Amino acid sequence: MNPPVATGAPDTTGAQPLLALREFHPFEAHGARFLYMVPSAGIFRMDDAGCAILDLLAEGPAELDAVVEALSARFEVDRILGTVHELTEIRAIGDVDAPKEQVPNDLPPADFPLNTMVLNVTNKCNLACTYCYEYGEDKIVDTAYGKQPKFMSDETAEESVEFLLQESKDQPVAHLTFFGGETLLNFPVLQKTVAYARRRAAEEGKRIEFSLTTNATLLKPEIIEWLADNQIGVTISIDGPKPVQDGLRVFHNGKGTYDVVLPKIKDLLARHRSRPIGARVTLTQKNMNVLEIFRHLTEEIGFWEVGLAPVTTQEHRDYAITPESKDAMLLQFEELANEWLECALRDEHHGFSNVRDTIEEIHKGVSKAYGCGAGLGLMGVATDGEVALCHRFAGSEEHTIGNVVDGVDREKQGRFLVDHHIASKTDCHTCWARPICSGGCYHEAHVNYGTSSHANLHYCTWVRSWTHTCLEIYGALAEKNPKFLERFDA
Amino acid sequence: MKHLKPINQKAARIEAYVEHQAARAAERDMDVIGLRTPPHEENGPHFPLGCSLVFAPGWEVDSQGGTAGLCQPVERDIFDCHLSCFWPAHVPDQLNHAQDWTGKCASAQKDWRKLDLIFP
Repeated sequence: MNPPVATGAPDTTGAQPLLALREFHPFEAHGARFLYMVPSAGIFRMDDAGCAILDLLAEGPAELDAVVEALSARFEVDRILGTVHELTEIRAIGDVDAPKEQVPNDLPPADFPLNTMVLNVTNKCNLACTYCYEYGEDKIVDTAYGKQPKFMSDETAEESVEFLLQESKDQPVAHLTFFGGETLLNFPVLQKTVAYARRRAAEEGKRIEFSLTTNATLLKPEIIEWLADNQIGVTISIDGPKPVQDGLRVFHNGKGTYDVVLPKIKDLLARHRSRPIGARVTLTQKNMNVLEIFRHLTEEIGFWEVGLAPVTTQEHRDYAITPESKDAMLLQFEELANEWLECALRDEHHGFSNVRDTIEEIHKGVSKAYGCGAGLGLMGVATDGEVALCHRFAGSEEHTIGNVVDGVDREKQGRFLVDHHIASKTDCHTCWARPICSGGCYHEAHVNYGTSSHANLHYCTWVRSWTHTCLEIYGALAEKNPKFLERFDA
Repeated sequence: MKHLKPINQKAARIEAYVEHQAARAAERDMDVIGLRTPPHEENGPHFPLGCSLVFAPGWEVDSQGGTAGLCQPVERDIFDCHLSCFWPAHVPDQLNHAQDWTGKCASAQKDWRKLDLIFP
């Protein structure tokens, strides 16, 4: 007997598969219903028939005939069939027995370019903030008595620039961020490094963009002039109004810093107009009034944008944010996010950068294999030139993947990329927010679980709630002011 | 897409992909076909690729005594081989796990599309 011979005719009489819902996250905005597809991160707007089909299948799997029969009084048969077909194509529905999609374990190409290098020009700081991950109770590296020099030398900084130029491969633009400790404690090296990097980048036909983070205590007119003239992007670490700032961000003698930094920040904002200046707030159990902090920093001080991040620490510390406070914090985030939406609907700026960043990722439909670019497109360099996953791990031997002279240890980096891939984080595989979160910050994981490859399970609920809020905002913009979203196209 | 509206950039890429796949599937030679099925032979001679040409492995004549449609080495591990040719093809366990697997396939030549995939 011969093997079966195909006829080429489409199957119209075969057994009907049982249709069931597959993986997506539904959300609504302005009365419209959307699907956030997982793991592709595509967003589709549903019509009435699509909604009806999904509602029907939400009650349980059904054969196509049963779907058509149940909905034929409301919709034409062709429309039902067409919608079922499209829902199947985007994988919102499918055969009930079809296996769940595997998380692909595709590693980045070996020649992935370095985009951002964070240079820890000093690990010394003139402040003693209790929650500091570098000097506080959760520190990884012995910054006070460790083997690293307190300040990066000119030579190491120049070698780092060469490292960045080489590792950025054929990218025309690379980013160099100065970090600390308190960055401005090593101002002489900043000046020399920027001049050197400009010259070397020009020789290589590239451009380097510069930025730094500072606590603002050491700003003075000549430094502000230099920052403005050199178009250095500046982020100020500041926690809010005087009582908040003075409670947490203090000098070594315990004195608060608010009165010192306020006039300096105002000078900076007045003089430095070439790049927008942002504030970076660490939220702790002791400063939870997000709305008050945000208003103070934007309306009273005049920051262009404010990013707020919950403190990284173990849960038993007295400044660790309690679960109840996390809920309250989320409500305030949502209030600010809705303000941001109101502004966006009028094509106006609102400085809440947390929502802006997430909306951009939603618009592009990023589906991340890694929580962030650390160890891949972003690396941190310690004062001695050792290259770590990121600035938060700078100086930690366990998290070092090379040095600026000899380059990246590809074997070590390869192991890191396998261990930290979303495919290895099985806890994340059932979470709809994984395209955006992908397990979260490695440093946060290290502090909470003792290993950077662990998924950050302690903030899952929070991330899902926040992502849902941002999806609703995105949907509202797509309905009411889709033109606004074009600014995220690039 | 006529019914769902892609909203973000990724959704637009999914739509483009789906349409591209549909266009490919609509091309005639994208269907599943046997090696000896037109259109391959429409415009050319019949190539007897079967095993009788080389006398091994397999049958020199088929189970009906003919030689026109001898099975190809690449075709040995498919459904009908294990039925009429007793070839040890990989098929689902029809004694225990998937007893009804062939229930809707009265004739393999006609009904092979009704043989569905079995997921463990």
